[in-house]
Amino acid sequence: MTSTLEPEVGRARLRKEDARLITGRTRWTDNFTLPGLVHLAVLRSTEAHAKIVSIDTSAAKEMPGVLAVYTADDLDPEGSIGMPCAWPITPDMASPRRPVLAQGEVNFAGEGVAVVVARSAAEAEDALASIDVEYEDLPVVLGLENALAEGAPLVHEDLGTNRNAVWKFDSGEAGSGGDVEQAIAEAEVVVKRRFRQQRLVPAFMEPRSCVVDPTAAQLTMWSATQVPHILKTMAALTLGIPEHKLRVIAPDVGGGFGGKIAVLPEEIMALLVARKLGKPVKWTESRSETMVAAHHGRDQIQDLTIAARRDGTVTGLKVELLADMGAYLGLVGPGVPILGAFMFNAIYKIPAYHFACTNVFTNTTLTDAYRGAGRPEATFGIERMMDELAAELGMDPMELREKNWIKHDEFPYTTVSTLTYDSGNYEAATERAMQLFDYEGLRREQRERRERGDTVQLGIGISTFTEMCGLAPSRVLGSLDYGAGGWEHAAIRMLPTGKVEVVTGSSAHGQGHETAWSQIVADQLGVPFDDVEVLHGDTQSSHKGLDTYGSRSLAVGGIAVVKAAEKVIAKAKPLAAHMMECAEDDLEFANGRFTVRGTDKSTGIQDVAFAAFMAHDLPEGMEPSLDSEAVYDPENFSFPHGTHLCAAEVDTETGRVHLRSYVCVDDVGAVVNPLIVEGQIHGGLAQGIAQALYEEAVFDEFGTLTSGTFADYLLPSAADLPSFTTDRTETRSTTNPLGVKGVGEAGTIASTPAVVNAVVDAVRHLGVDDIEMPLTPMRVWQAIRTGRSAAGGPGAEAGGGLGSIDSTQGGAR
Amino acid sequence: MRITVTVDGTRYTDDVEPRTLLVHYLREQLGKVGTVVGCDTSNCGACTVHLDGHSVKSCSVLAVQADGCEVTTVEGLARDGTLHPVQQAFHDNHALQCGFCTPGMIMQSIDLLADNPDPDEQAVREGIEGNLCRCTGYQNIIRAVQDAAHHMRPGAGPEAERVAGGDQSAAGRAASSVGGGGE
Repeated sequence: MTSTLEPEVGRARLRKEDARLITGRTRWTDNFTLPGLVHLAVLRSTEAHAKIVSIDTSAAKEMPGVLAVYTADDLDPEGSIGMPCAWPITPDMASPRRPVLAQGEVNFAGEGVAVVVARSAAEAEDALASIDVEYEDLPVVLGLENALAEGAPLVHEDLGTNRNAVWKFDSGEAGSGGDVEQAIAEAEVVVKRRFRQQRLVPAFMEPRSCVVDPTAAQLTMWSATQVPHILKTMAALTLGIPEHKLRVIAPDVGGGFGGKIAVLPEEIMALLVARKLGKPVKWTESRSETMVAAHHGRDQIQDLTIAARRDGTVTGLKVELLADMGAYLGLVGPGVPILGAFMFNAIYKIPAYHFACTNVFTNTTLTDAYRGAGRPEATFGIERMMDELAAELGMDPMELREKNWIKHDEFPYTTVSTLTYDSGNYEAATERAMQLFDYEGLRREQRERRERGDTVQLGIGISTFTEMCGLAPSRVLGSLDYGAGGWEHAAIRMLPTGKVEVVTGSSAHGQGHETAWSQIVADQLGVPFDDVEVLHGDTQSSHKGLDTYGSRSLAVGGIAVVKAAEKVIAKAKPLAAHMMECAEDDLEFANGRFTVRGTDKSTGIQDVAFAAFMAHDLPEGMEPSLDSEAVYDPENFSFPHGTHLCAAEVDTETGRVHLRSYVCVDDVGAVVNPLIVEGQIHGGLAQGIAQALYEEAVFDEFGTLTSGTFADYLLPSAADLPSFTTDRTETRSTTNPLGVKGVGEAGTIASTPAVVNAVVDAVRHLGVDDIEMPLTPMRVWQAIRTGRSAAGGPGAEAGGGLGSIDSTQGGAR
Repeated sequence: MRITVTVDGTRYTDDVEPRTLLVHYLREQLGKVGTVVGCDTSNCGACTVHLDGHSVKSCSVLAVQADGCEVTTVEGLARDGTLHPVQQAFHDNHALQCGFCTPGMIMQSIDLLADNPDPDEQAVREGIEGNLCRCTGYQNIIRAVQDAAHHMRPGAGPEAERVAGGDQSAAGRAASSVGGGGE
């Protein structure tokens, strides 16, 4: 019998994960209960910056059901525990200790001050109100420029500065390009802009939660985390727990978007309390706690200068960033803006480039990775600048891009920021997008509306993006002082009955790895899709891994699965030869069967697995197992790209923006499951569009987060978003055997500038050349009314913008 | 206070604190953890269940208000191993990723289809605007709801939920006596 299996890779398989999720048979961390489980509730600081004069917990301890109330002095009397930061971007980076609970001083509103342990979550919550904390106010440091001003008060007095680090790249010094100052001096056209990346809340739908069981053989922690393996190692290092005595499980995890790449004070707190009491403990946050205590994303001021010739040839780009770290450093927080250093040059051939980023401490919630992490900021900056330059030159913005981008026959191409893009075809993606969008037709309509002075104006926004993802080659991460490698692990267990267990170090939280990895293994081993089970997220079964972030799961973790499968086949081959009494060299493997070349003799991999299990008759010296594992370290990042086009209608009387059409053609290389890829693009677009139009974390002058609930922070609903037209072109990655690139962050990275470019394009003839995000009706209206460049919001309304922090008062009060 | 509530076809009598929210009663006392809590301001809709056949955000209903009522959660939709058409459509259209909003989204979609058996795209968008999803961008959810509509008879929502042999006459489309409803 010849087997002609339809390839699994490329099929729009419906997801295996869905069965439990659509029926409520879920294992969210908060669902877990254990014998004797007690509950934690954290008292959070109401002050953004203050000395803690005293904490009186005596009344809380008397409350019904309360087992204990702890402060930092109880849990860490020496003050020696500091939450880990794994990305010291410079050797001299200023790094404050981030305690498990505030000790002596609070540095942002929302920082934990005390923890109650009680029989029920409600009793723990009740007792919080009985804790009396006396604060002595310190000056609140808010606003990047305020924090860096001469004589500004300090977030951390002992550091002597609010400057965390300054990180620079210069193409002249690196030898990868020319001197940018010279390029600017000699340029025929120079455009300068200041853009603001507002602060965002990742807003995964499942609030964070952890359960710790100290009665298990290994101290066991369930956590709603993206990074169970990193959490295990970091928790062991932070608390000095022997690593082999700790087990971390990420069960069903309800989204992350970077917001769950963290080692939480609450996780460490739960470990400490559980060990202290010898009882299982659970901590689950409310959404209001998530908003103030979970890390935020973005928050930069970007000063950009682009130099060009009159014909549109870009000759230089200078990038100066200020990036808000918040009050402490998150797990990878300092490195997030630095990832942008490699992406400002984007798809363009820019001969001279300079990047400098100053990371700054303020008395706010800390910032860290949020979908795209550094790359959306960079993409926004360069794609906005390309539109501004086009306007300055009177050129069509797509024509300007095409003049400067890397042509498809120029790959591999080493950029001015020293990355080598392996493959891409910007022409093909753009051509397809322009067709789907009807670019010419919309331009015509735009002209007509302008001519007749329509109250509703039309704008077209472009974003031709690329990104570096699939983090990443360990040696490159090492050169960036990242505190871990970038490899991933996979193992394949061939079970006696021919079924297959795949163990992966990737840790899915919505991505669909169980389905996609099954497809990969089904193809590699020639076994049915349904015969594959994917195990992940438990350090006991998946003992080794570097988890899921940076669009790395498929391009790194998926390739590790391929490598493990190749080893299974290599191990099976001598046994198959032995079984069929032929030479190994006479065997071919295809569609799950070893066939003796030139004969009809064959045996299936599942039969070979059974023979290995029985082990009655093995070749001399063979161990009785086909099980294999692989650790894969990629040689390069992957570089997906795409062309995104947005048509926005702007009501000039109200400032309301209506997205009329959104077309994107993404090239994410070869595709394992087009359904999952499309879903990732949709969700990414929604988040990127939300940054452009809706979302902003706003602090008042006291450092209180005023957009601290879903009633105040505009997470878009179905009624707020358009339908998207998505398509793909396919240029395979040349650096991995599947030809795949990452997709998880693409939509978010690309869409924000497309939307803002569209809105600015709609009202540019009214004298507007920028509007700060989010483009609320009020800001758009204001920009139209004043015809001001860089029109921001007036003052402290939600979405206050650069102007929201009064520089004469905001620095100190 | 003592309440009697029928949840997914099983009748429970329990003592609850007056302040206990329906969602906490479902999760903590009945172990109905398929229904989840996503926020504390009634914005996200992750906790949406049906109370006497109408969608409500169960974080906005006190357990005592459900006394004498019939509650259906996402766990009570499938019949003899057959998924509810809306559950099936969510699977068929890749309308979920992390799945945390899904229980509420499915319950709200059923309610929407009971009121409007053939909604256009805009009607679906407005009908589920009280339920937030961070993963999907909603496009496939809308496809799923419209796909389900094609597979369901008009008004099949409450019918599909009625437990065979149950005598809970409250199930039906009469206006709910309890506030705090879904959008």
